[in-house]
Amino acid sequence: METKPTYSLKGTGLSCIRDDRVLFDGLAFELVSGQVLLLEGQNGSGKTSLLRILCGFREPDTGQVFWCGEAINDSQYYADMAYIGHLDGVKKELTVLENLKVSLALGLPGQYSIQQALDKVQLANYDDVLVQALSAGQKRRLSLARLLITQNCLWILDEPFTSLDKQGIALIESLMSEHCAAGGMIVLTSHHDIDLHEVDVHRILLS
Amino acid sequence: MSLSRAFFAIIRRDLVLALRRRSEVANPLLFFVLVITLFPLGIGAQPNLLQAIAPGIIWVSALLAAMLSLDSLFRSDFDDGSLEQILLSSHPTSILVLAKIIAHWSVTGLPLLIVAPLLAIFLGMPTQSIGILLLTLLLGTPVLSLIGAIGVALTVGLRRGGMILSLLVLPLYVPVLIFAGNAVEMAASGLPINAQINILISILFMALVLAPWPTAAALKMSIN
Repeated sequence: METKPTYSLKGTGLSCIRDDRVLFDGLAFELVSGQVLLLEGQNGSGKTSLLRILCGFREPDTGQVFWCGEAINDSQYYADMAYIGHLDGVKKELTVLENLKVSLALGLPGQYSIQQALDKVQLANYDDVLVQALSAGQKRRLSLARLLITQNCLWILDEPFTSLDKQGIALIESLMSEHCAAGGMIVLTSHHDIDLHEVDVHRILLS
Repeated sequence: MSLSRAFFAIIRRDLVLALRRRSEVANPLLFFVLVITLFPLGIGAQPNLLQAIAPGIIWVSALLAAMLSLDSLFRSDFDDGSLEQILLSSHPTSILVLAKIIAHWSVTGLPLLIVAPLLAIFLGMPTQSIGILLLTLLLGTPVLSLIGAIGVALTVGLRRGGMILSLLVLPLYVPVLIFAGNAVEMAASGLPINAQINILISILFMALVLAPWPTAAALKMSIN
């Protein structure tokens, strides 16, 4: 991102109703390059639902989401974003390397090569290991490695720190700071207190 | 360029997965062989009757074997979140879905083609109609996978979608069954079968072009 183009993600009047229960109503936010949006709230307060709306998996009951001024269902948005959800999205019968190659083929090559990304998330010697032999934390690291090998500006992370050790959490935090410094933006939910230096963190409390 | 890379990456991935999960692939094939070998035992020593109904037996078994294999098309991707990642790709979902269907057909439909001639001989089918049987299977089984994919995509989000899947998909399989069965029967009596083959070809191309879209749309609904 040499020229540092500015991107913006904007939601207006978003609401989500699940089984006659209003999770949130009239929610609005705007996020530009270099910022982090942290969603907070209790279990069942609609954090994941909001993320899935941002991914386009779910239609908001009212309101709209805009990416650089355009509604998100045009294809440019999907070329610019990456999502890591509760499910790791890796195949357990494939090796670490095979999984990353598929992810790479589905997106555009990004900042790091596969090997560099594996070094970054400390899975360097695991490239020929089947994913089913990895621990939960290592699987998490693998799915985070996917963010590094593909080109994307917006990261949408649902509880990225789940099953990571302290070192892993610090690692992800440093990757997130780096991503924001390079002009990226992140939307995430987390129960941990995140510690990001020199990053503009916005918070939304869902209740 | 990068779309074709994604297309072949998905095919490759699914073939490797099939190779590492052999039982899932072997199941429909085993079912196909078992059902057909049971027929002569049930009917008894009536070779003429068996010969007459052989095309029907083979086609109905192929159809049921295809149904049996359908669930594995999207199930594991749905369960482990890979499907979300495929849907989030900036490439058109329908093309990626088509890649998955092609890979699925080559591990579940293609093996049926390979064993079918043996089973046809086993049932005493006249040799001139075995070639036609293979041709109808070659044209027909991809249609079963393509149409089935729509049904699976609609039901993959349901925990017990099996019953609904059969109800959805079986009626749509009937035209293929009728034309394919009829073609083999006519060929056995030495009659021309151009019409049936042409219809099967047109069904195949229509399914190839039209099925991936509703499948992609249904997957987007199911993932919700």
